[in-house]
Amino acid sequence: MSSFLVISIILVYLGVIFYVAYWAEKNSKSKWVNNPYVYTLSLAVYCTAWTYYGSVGLAATSGLKFLTIYLGPVIIIPTWIILMRKIIRISKGNKISSLADFISLRYGNDRFLGALVTIICVLAIVPYISLQLKAISETFNVITNHNIVANSIINDTTFYIAILLAIFAAFFGTQHTDASEKHKGIITAVALESIIKLIFFLVIGVYVTFYLFEGPSDIYERASVLPNFEIQQKINGLEGGFNWFFLSLLSMIAIMLLPRQFQVTVVENEREKYLKKVTWLFPLYLLLFNIFVIFIAWGGNVVFQNQQVDADLFTLMLPLQNGNEFLALLVFLGGFSAAISMVVISTLALSTMLSNNLIIPYGFLGKFSKGESDENTESIKTIRRLAIFILIIVAYFFYRSFTLDRSLVSIGLISFVIIAQLAPSFFGGLFWRRGSSKGAIYGIIIGFLITVYTLIIPFTIDSQLYSTSFINEGLFGINLLKPYELFGLQIFEPVPHSFFWSLFFNVIVYSLISVGTAGNYRERNFAEMFVDNNKYASLHENAYVWKGEAYVKDIRKVLTRFLGEKRTERALKLFFMKYDINEKTLFADARLVNFSEKLLTGSIGSASSRILISSVVKEEEISLPEVLNILDETQKAKESNKELQERDKQKDDFLDTVAHELKTPITSIRALSEILLDDDEIENETKRKFLSSILSESERVSRLINNILDLEKLAAGNEKLELVENSIKNTIQKSIDAVRQLANNNQVYINDEGVQDFKLFYDDDRIQQVIINLLSNAIKFSSNKNGKVYIFTVIDKNVIEVLVEDNGKGIEGDDLISIFNKFYQAKNQTILKPIGSGLGLAITKQIIKSHNGKIWAENIKPLGARLTFTLPIKRE
Amino acid sequence: MKKILIVDDEPNIVMSLEYIFKKENFEVFIARDGAEAIEIAENNIPDIILLDIMMPNVDGYQVLSYLKQSQNLNEIKVIFLSAKNKLSDIELGLQLGADKYIAKPFSTKKLMKEVKELLK
Repeated sequence: MSSFLVISIILVYLGVIFYVAYWAEKNSKSKWVNNPYVYTLSLAVYCTAWTYYGSVGLAATSGLKFLTIYLGPVIIIPTWIILMRKIIRISKGNKISSLADFISLRYGNDRFLGALVTIICVLAIVPYISLQLKAISETFNVITNHNIVANSIINDTTFYIAILLAIFAAFFGTQHTDASEKHKGIITAVALESIIKLIFFLVIGVYVTFYLFEGPSDIYERASVLPNFEIQQKINGLEGGFNWFFLSLLSMIAIMLLPRQFQVTVVENEREKYLKKVTWLFPLYLLLFNIFVIFIAWGGNVVFQNQQVDADLFTLMLPLQNGNEFLALLVFLGGFSAAISMVVISTLALSTMLSNNLIIPYGFLGKFSKGESDENTESIKTIRRLAIFILIIVAYFFYRSFTLDRSLVSIGLISFVIIAQLAPSFFGGLFWRRGSSKGAIYGIIIGFLITVYTLIIPFTIDSQLYSTSFINEGLFGINLLKPYELFGLQIFEPVPHSFFWSLFFNVIVYSLISVGTAGNYRERNFAEMFVDNNKYASLHENAYVWKGEAYVKDIRKVLTRFLGEKRTERALKLFFMKYDINEKTLFADARLVNFSEKLLTGSIGSASSRILISSVVKEEEISLPEVLNILDETQKAKESNKELQERDKQKDDFLDTVAHELKTPITSIRALSEILLDDDEIENETKRKFLSSILSESERVSRLINNILDLEKLAAGNEKLELVENSIKNTIQKSIDAVRQLANNNQVYINDEGVQDFKLFYDDDRIQQVIINLLSNAIKFSSNKNGKVYIFTVIDKNVIEVLVEDNGKGIEGDDLISIFNKFYQAKNQTILKPIGSGLGLAITKQIIKSHNGKIWAENIKPLGARLTFTLPIKRE
Repeated sequence: MKKILIVDDEPNIVMSLEYIFKKENFEVFIARDGAEAIEIAENNIPDIILLDIMMPNVDGYQVLSYLKQSQNLNEIKVIFLSAKNKLSDIELGLQLGADKYIAKPFSTKKLMKEVKELLK
């Protein structure tokens, strides 16, 4: 195939990807951009060109071992629903934009730790990026029938592709200054590429398995007669098992801590609940990707058994060998898309770390704190863009000078081992409060040095094909220091061996130093917050991890420098509104300081933001439990405040009702007396009628006032009850006498045959008041014709019950309880207002309550209501 | 002769209002609650209604809403007479389409003046 054609296809392909990214950035609210599928597919950036070619290469030479790289993720991903959710919550809550930010924040915004993590990541990933460039370059040359190596940069297509990728990453990766913002364009493009690479790989898999061969069993039969087949396909006993185990562990760490994975999984996560889809869809994706790997590898081994063909290139060579250039082109494009996804996301993630955790905090902070906002925003973006270009260019030259002869898998695995050095401080930080920044720093450094000694140095030496005594005999000829068999450990292959020892020492150093030294209060507070994130998640800005004071003016100045006037004002306004703080306030409380720190974190990283903010803040030490206590107290104060407000409202309502009830009779009095005063011609009879009305309304007013005072007195407990031994029969009799007149007027018959005598202690006057009230209500509400009221007693072991029944319409269900409320008037009242004040039952209830009795209402069959009160027999 | 409907559940208030409007040659109708008020209004179509708010069953607001939705009755003038005199109550009353809101206790002379003005 001609170079020109392939280049044209590449350009068209890149054009489509650029367009998709551009469209997604413009339509960032679209459901095509925001859904769990795009999110899940973007995670498939894990499958790089290495998966495309390297897996096959590994499978061809070492059998099933390639599976470990995917086994780890498949095992760990189901736990994400808890584990990753925790990480995502913490990151979102703190506007974390990279792995370095995450780790440095956990250990108290440690600037050095953030920088160290950044350096580790760059060292691990740059070779990995160059590996992708190498894959592009090699496959390009294969498909265009060139030699494997291009001679000069000017003639090397890969160089131009690298530059295009840098432009892509720089353009779509720095739309916002705040790096914790989502990069919708890039993510959507990556998701699309994940579909493309999977489909193309499946196509070639089906082609090899079912077209070149006659199905899986055919390939197996023909591959199994090849020499070495048996050995390759075995796990190889306990030793092999250990290797498998550690490689799987390694890939478990990689799927979470590779900067590009952290970027797509955590930083770009739009909604937590997307994780649910990931837990089954992503393992399925990996499974699909790996179904055909082994068949392509076996097929390649069969087809190329007598030729010198690099196993890494089987995927591409198989269709080429059979003259199917179109399929080869598909393979090339699939691998190409896998490579560029990885390059773009990795450089994006690394550039954020470089700018926020290394360049800004160590170099530009002074300059920024004096500069103007526009300049600063531009400078931050420029730093990131430059970082992207530099990373890709360095990766390019790295590939030109070093990695040409190494297999894809080995460099990928070295990257994994280096990244794995972050695992102890990362996971330790999530679950172990004591983990300290010193421990993290030394652990990472030791682990890295051991990786260098046991893997990078011998590997580099190997790749230069020098035979040295270093590898075979150990440093200074000491056997125990053999880099591939450190301390005489022989069961491991180089990668798991290095992983084992580096992590072993990393963990030991991290834990020992952490146990031996206590971090400062700030670090301890962040530890609390990370480990117990659920407890603190609801606190948001309240979860300030220190106490201090600052002028709002100063904070505003710092914010303006980075966010610009408009955004600062808007953010502060929202903040003041949310916490109901006066905008003119001079002093910033800890919430505002903390809020500002987080606001800046997205733009310049947590370490820098902390340094900037603390430059204008006078800090005091405070521990998080202390903060919780303070919050607890505020909460309590708020609650009791709410209670007070509630009581206030009840009181207001009561006063309202009282006013209304008083105004009604006064209205009558005023209107009638006005008429009497003005109208000289009024007839005598009318005059008398008016005057007697005025009198009765005046009585109503005074009765009302008395009742209110009575009720208040009872409710406040100011009334002393005269508890003496009385006969209940006597009291009831006296009460009946008092309402006799009313009963006669209403032609109601009162039956008291069921009243028994019993002596007990109570306030005679008050209980009479109660019974009179109940009887007169019963009389009022009993049937118009043939009205009957029954009063009787039931004597129990501990209480005496007094029951009053009428044969009226009964009480509506809703009213059975509310009739005891002040001024409550039942719904089914007759048109005529009762003579009462609306307080009778409320007072009654209060009296019974102060006697430690109970009162309730119920309906009886066939007709009528029953009110029952109890009095305790025992004297309290 | 103008027709006036007085709606209130307080007999003494009704008595005083009935007296002054009869004296001024109104034809006076009386209702003790909302339901009765609507019935009388439909049968007699008064020129003006004096409407209490707090009444059992159907209250003054409901009566007014009913009137305003009825084709025959929506022209009737309505004055709210109420002991509720919080700003929110008054606003609600006027929003529903009352012509006036007079707080209890009121002056009979002033009330008369308002009624006559509305009926001009």
